[in-house]
Formats: sequence, C-alpha cells, structure tokens
Amino acid sequence: MPPPTRRLTLLLATLLTSTAFAAETLTVYSGRNERLVGPLYKAFTEKTGIEVKVRYGETPQLAATLEEEGAKTPADVFVAQDAGALGALAKAGRLQPLPKDLLSKVDARFRSTEGMWVGLSGRARVVAYNTAKVKPEALPTSILGFTEPSWKGRIGWAPTNGSFQAFVTALRLLKGDAAAKQWLEGIKANAPRTYKNNAAIIEALGRGEIDVGFVNHYYLYAAKKDKGEALPVANHFVAAGDPGALVNVAGAGVLKGTKKAAAAQKLISFLLDAQAQKHFATETFEYPLVPGVEAAATLPPLSKVGSPDLDLSKLEDLRGTLKLLQETGVL
Amino acid sequence: MAALSLLPAVYLVVRAAEASGEAWALLLRGRTLALLGGTLGLALAVTGCATAISLPLAWLTTRTSLPGRRVWTVLLCLPLALPTFVSGYVLLAAFGTGGALEAPLARWGVPVPPVYGFPGALLALTLSTYPYLFLALRAGLLAQDPALLESAWSLGLTPAQAFWRVTLPLLRPAFTSGALLVGLYVLSDFGAVALVQYDAFSRIIYMQYEGAYDRAYAALLGLVLVVVTVAVLAWEERARGRASYHRSARGASRATPLVQLGRWSVPALIGCGAVVTLGVGLPVGILLYWAVRGLSSGETSLLGPGLNSVLASGLAAVLAVVAALPLAVLGVRYPGRLSVLLERSAYVGYALPPIVLALSLVFFGIQVATFLYGTLAMLLLGYLVRFLPQAVGAVRGALLQLSPHLAEAAATLGHSPPSVLTRVTAPLMAPGLLAGGALVFLTAMKELPATLLLAPIGFETLATRVWSATAEGQFAQAAPPALVLLAISALGVGLLLSQEGRASPGS
Repeated sequence: MPPPTRRLTLLLATLLTSTAFAAETLTVYSGRNERLVGPLYKAFTEKTGIEVKVRYGETPQLAATLEEEGAKTPADVFVAQDAGALGALAKAGRLQPLPKDLLSKVDARFRSTEGMWVGLSGRARVVAYNTAKVKPEALPTSILGFTEPSWKGRIGWAPTNGSFQAFVTALRLLKGDAAAKQWLEGIKANAPRTYKNNAAIIEALGRGEIDVGFVNHYYLYAAKKDKGEALPVANHFVAAGDPGALVNVAGAGVLKGTKKAAAAQKLISFLLDAQAQKHFATETFEYPLVPGVEAAATLPPLSKVGSPDLDLSKLEDLRGTLKLLQETGVL
Repeated sequence: MAALSLLPAVYLVVRAAEASGEAWALLLRGRTLALLGGTLGLALAVTGCATAISLPLAWLTTRTSLPGRRVWTVLLCLPLALPTFVSGYVLLAAFGTGGALEAPLARWGVPVPPVYGFPGALLALTLSTYPYLFLALRAGLLAQDPALLESAWSLGLTPAQAFWRVTLPLLRPAFTSGALLVGLYVLSDFGAVALVQYDAFSRIIYMQYEGAYDRAYAALLGLVLVVVTVAVLAWEERARGRASYHRSARGASRATPLVQLGRWSVPALIGCGAVVTLGVGLPVGILLYWAVRGLSSGETSLLGPGLNSVLASGLAAVLAVVAALPLAVLGVRYPGRLSVLLERSAYVGYALPPIVLALSLVFFGIQVATFLYGTLAMLLLGYLVRFLPQAVGAVRGALLQLSPHLAEAAATLGHSPPSVLTRVTAPLMAPGLLAGGALVFLTAMKELPATLLLAPIGFETLATRVWSATAEGQFAQAAPPALVLLAISALGVGLLLSQEGRASPGS
C-alpha cells in the first residue's frame, strides 16, 4: 500500500478500536432536580463505568418534549417528579415495559399496573402550617375539614401544581366527583391564596402570609436547610386512609426505541438499591419504597401515614380533574 | 429568516389541528375570554406605566447635562437582566406579608407597595420591562437629526413646544417598537404573574402542559396569542403612519446640543435614583440578604455556567443584529406588501410563552434538522427566533431616522447594495444596532425555558443554575449565580453602550 493510505488505515483502525473501548453513555431526562439526584447519577457512573448525560428540566415540560420528540428521542431514561407524567407517556406509547425483577422491588401500589414505570420514592401530601399562628390541636384530622368557615383567608394552595392535581384526582376516585366538587367549592369559598408551586407556599408560610398550605411533606426540610431550623413551619399529617394522606411517587421509565435498554434498566435498578434509597431518605427526606430502608427519623413511618388504597396508575387521568377544576373556577 | 420566525406559528397550527371539539368549547368559555381580556388590559397598563418612566429617563440620559449619564444608562437597563421568576420572588420577599421591608417601612410610615394581584403584576412587570422602551427611545433620540429641532427653533417655537411638536412625533417608530416589545412580552410572561398570584392567560397555556399533557389544546391557546399579535402589529403599522422621519434638505448632521439642567439636576438625579433603587438596588439587596443569611453548602464553581452564558448570549446578540439588518432595510427602504410582511413575521412568536417556542423548535429539530438537534446551533436558533423582534425594532427605528439620500449618493458613486449597507448605512445606524445588540444580550442571558430544552445536554448557564436552586426553594444558593448574572449583564451592556459615544452620527 502507498504510505498515505497505510497511515489512513492505521488512523481509522485506532478510531474504531477506541470507540469500542469508549464508555457507554446513557441519556437521562430528569425532572428531578440536580441537587437531589445529581450525586446518585455520579455514584452510578463510579460503580458501573457507564457515563450519564442528564438533561434537567421541569417534569411536565420534559414530558411534552419527549412526546414531541417521539420515536427519535435521544433519551434513554425518564426520571419524573410524579407518576402522572409517566402515565401520560405510557399512554402515548413512549415507554417500554420493565423487567419483572425490577418491578417486584417495590410494593404493587407504587408501580404501573402494566409495568411501564416504577416508583423510586414516596411523597406524602400534608398540610404545612405556621407554628406561631396555628396550634396543632386546631388542625382537622381530615382534609375535608378545611372547608369550615373558620379557615377563611388562611389557606394557601397551588392548583397548577401536579401533586395537587394528583391529590384532587385521588379525591375524585375515593369519594366521587360530587364530593370532590363540593370540597373544591368549599375551599374556594374560604378565599385561598394561589401560589405557583409548593416551594412558594412554604416560603409564604414562613413569612406568615398564610396559616396553612397544601403541599408535599419534604418541602419543609428543604426550606429549613435554606432558612434555618428556626423556620416557624411544621407538617401536619391527616388521618390514615383519608384522601389527604395520599402518598404519590416519583418514578422512572425506559423510553421505547432506546438502544441501551440494558444500561437503562441498570440505572433504575441502582436507584432502587439500598444506597440510593437511603439517599432519598436522608438527603431529600422522601420515603424510600424498598423494604428494609428506614425513612428519616423525624417522619412518621410510611405504614402509619396510611396512604388510601388506590391504584396510582389511575392518577394518570388528569383530564377529568382539570375539567372539574375549570368547572369550579379554581383554574 | 422570516420562515424560521414563522416556525412557532406553523407548529401551533399542526398541533391545534389535533384539538378535539371539547377543546374548542373550553376555548370559547367565558372565563378563558375574560382571562385574555384581563391580560390584554395588563399589557396596556404596563406599556403606559413603562412609557411614563422611560420617556423622561431616555431624555435625561441623552439630551441633558445629567451627571453620570453613562452609568445611569447601564443601571437603568439592568432590570432586564433579571429573570422574572427571580424579580417576582424579590418583590414578595421585600414587600410581601412578613417581608424584609415590611417593618422598616411601617416605622417610617411609608405605605407598602401592593405586590399581589393586578397591582402587583403591574409593578413587577413595569419594573422588568421598562428598559425595552428606555433603550428604544434612547436610540431614537440619539439618532435624531438636530437640524430638525433647530429649524423648529428658528421658526419661533420655544424649546418646550419644539419638544412636543418635533422631537416626540419623530420618536414614534422608536416608541412603537419599544411598546410592542413591552406589550407582547407581558402576554407571554408567566414567571412574574404566577408569583404575585395574578390570573393571566399564560397560566392556562402552562396548565395544559402541566396538568393535561394536552399539547393540542395548548396549541389552540397559543394560536389565540398569535392572532392577538397580528392584530397588534396591524394597529402599530396604522399608528406609525407614512410619515418620513429624516431630513429632506442637504446638510451634515451633528450632535444635538445638551440642555443644561442647572438646579434641576438634583430632582432629576433623585428620580433616576428612585427607579434604579427599585429596579436594581432592591433585587441586589434581597439577593445579598439571601446569600448572607442562608446556610448554603459549598456551591460549585460558577465559571463554567458563566462562560456558557456569555458565549450563547453574545453569539445570539451578534446573530440577531446581523439577521435584523436586511429585514429592517427591506421593510423601510423597499416597502411593499411582501417586505413588510417579512419584517413583521419576526414578531409572530414573541407573545408566545417560551415553552411553546421551545417545543416548536424541538418539533423542527426532530422532524427536519436532526443533525442540528442537541447542538449549540439549535439553542442559538431558538434565541434568534425569540429575540429577533427586539433587534428588528431597534434597527428599524434607527434606519427610519437615516436619510436615504446618503445611501443613494453612495450608490451613484459606484457601491453595490451590500457595500452601501456595510460602509454607509450600518455605521450611521450604529446607536440602533448597539441598542439592539445590548437588548438581545441582556434578555438572552436570563432566558430559561428554551435553554433547558434546547441547549446541548450538560450546557449549564447562569439562568439554569438559578432556576435549579429556586425550584427547590434554595434561595441562598440561587443568590450567587443571580448576582453574577447581573454583574456580567451590566458589564456587557456597559461595553456595548460605551461604543455609542464613538459611533453617534454627530461625530
């Protein structure tokens, strides 16, 4: 062979072999915040050598992007803040079923009935309250109790927030549409203040702008980390079995059409391992879903929270909830 | 270029076509229309208030002997650098119930500014958007030919009369371009109105993505905004009229002589100071308060995101101005149905919430330009589509003030049209080009939704860093990147505007 061609062949060979030894990469779209899960992705890379490229964003916007991208999506795994987004994607046919051994790691309540997604951590609905203005004994034991006129002008909620809407869906499924409508109208009659999201509600509670707010349990701890332990806010859990005691999940699914299904499943398996589950418990104060890992000491145990008996996949039906919210003028 | 600007509209039509009959019924519901009306009202109110602030400030910083004009100009532009979701939090933290300033203000008997509902949205959005008008009016004033004013004086008008009858009407194109940006931006905004708890039209669009994952209905709502935009553009064209804004006689142009303020300097300085305090001082103060009070854990280096922000925004500014030039020239020098249509098409996507814009580009990237998808080029394209109207407005305003005779003279001397553009027209339009560039740089620095979805994976900017912290309520960790964002924006704008002095037509 003349010299230039030989050099070229050598170069090509080097390139091809180097590709063979290059690290495998997974592309994750993560609706979970970098501060919370970034360290877990890094730990996964250290353990398995698989690089993880992450696109962080808001869960609904990432879900909309995934639907827009369709089959040509560069993403392999979607880690979502709530089950609704995963349900919507599953319905659109964008997820592929997960292996049985992965699914069986969590209780049947915390995964998709069709095996399309699996829950990673639990998020309980609570009523956060300002400790300087409200005595815990004055708080109702049922979420339905907040329609009492004595709560007028003291409530804060975030009707555009996914977790709130999931709760309303649960209320509809457990007590019926009529009761849900009555509750929404009752709260609306109490002139609640509307906020953008849970973090804004906790911030307002800290300033005493409102007395109580409907949020997820772990936002309190993030706020305490930011503003100090002296923050005058605490969580109130309603009675077990009450719709207000709903435990929703953050979860993950593997995108259909990914060429790295095995690596993707490895990542999800890692997030269900004791190490990752303990991280959720201690760093974010969420509830681990894998048996054998304890929740943070300051939290009531998951069994005592008493999430109502409900198929979480049914929370995917947000259309009916939105219609109700619009009918009652909440949205 | 115009085709790209129309991309969001095309995407909306495609998705809206999938909307069910139920979606149409929801759309025409009384409440939807009421929300639209309310938001339009807010847009008008904000435009009015912003004009009331920017006109005197623009005049003070260009036509008077106000001390420290350069510095004031940079400071007065800075509110644009702050993302609205941060400025919203800042207002609440300062003036909201239990806010940082509630007690001190009560002690001095000063009423607390309202920060909830319509008044709150008005305050927050006016403070965030007045720089659009400020920059546009400044460029307009700087490019005005003093000979026109001098002719007015020589014809017996007092300076005050000359201002009302000559200077102001000449500012119409600059005013309308700035007002368009303010008004359309208010329609698209979600960050500020959500935080001050005001029910705006943008909220229904976001709701469709967040709740129903219903892109079809969201697209339908987006189309409503596009229709509103087209209507506003049509009105603007009518309002601008067919007047010519340049001199018709011969002569060279010089810088306008400055009005000596004398003892009026003090009230003028106080006025500027008040606006800067509210628009810049307050956010910086609150951010520092968060940073100091917070128990922030070790924050990772801001160098990477900082460099990325500057790179992306800088490139966006250059591209936008370069792209705006031919569009503006076409629209002004060769007016005709098509050229005007092309120039106006740049505004079509501007009133849309950024998420819609981002999704339309995802659609384009995935279906058509797959090789671009996920690269920096895709992000720059997104910035270009989003910020082109800002550049076009500023450039067009400056171009209108320029006499076509100079260009024609150059042409008769043998220059080709591109040569005329680069060697005669562009240098004379420098104030407008620089204002346009400054504007795009500022707004690109703080852009969030499109950046999150379109930037290459792992491409962090200062804005995404701030978002990452505020989304989890970690305000102490949000403060450092937000402060760096403000600082870099100030530097960038300062640099751009420092070139203004050298490039004005008078020199």
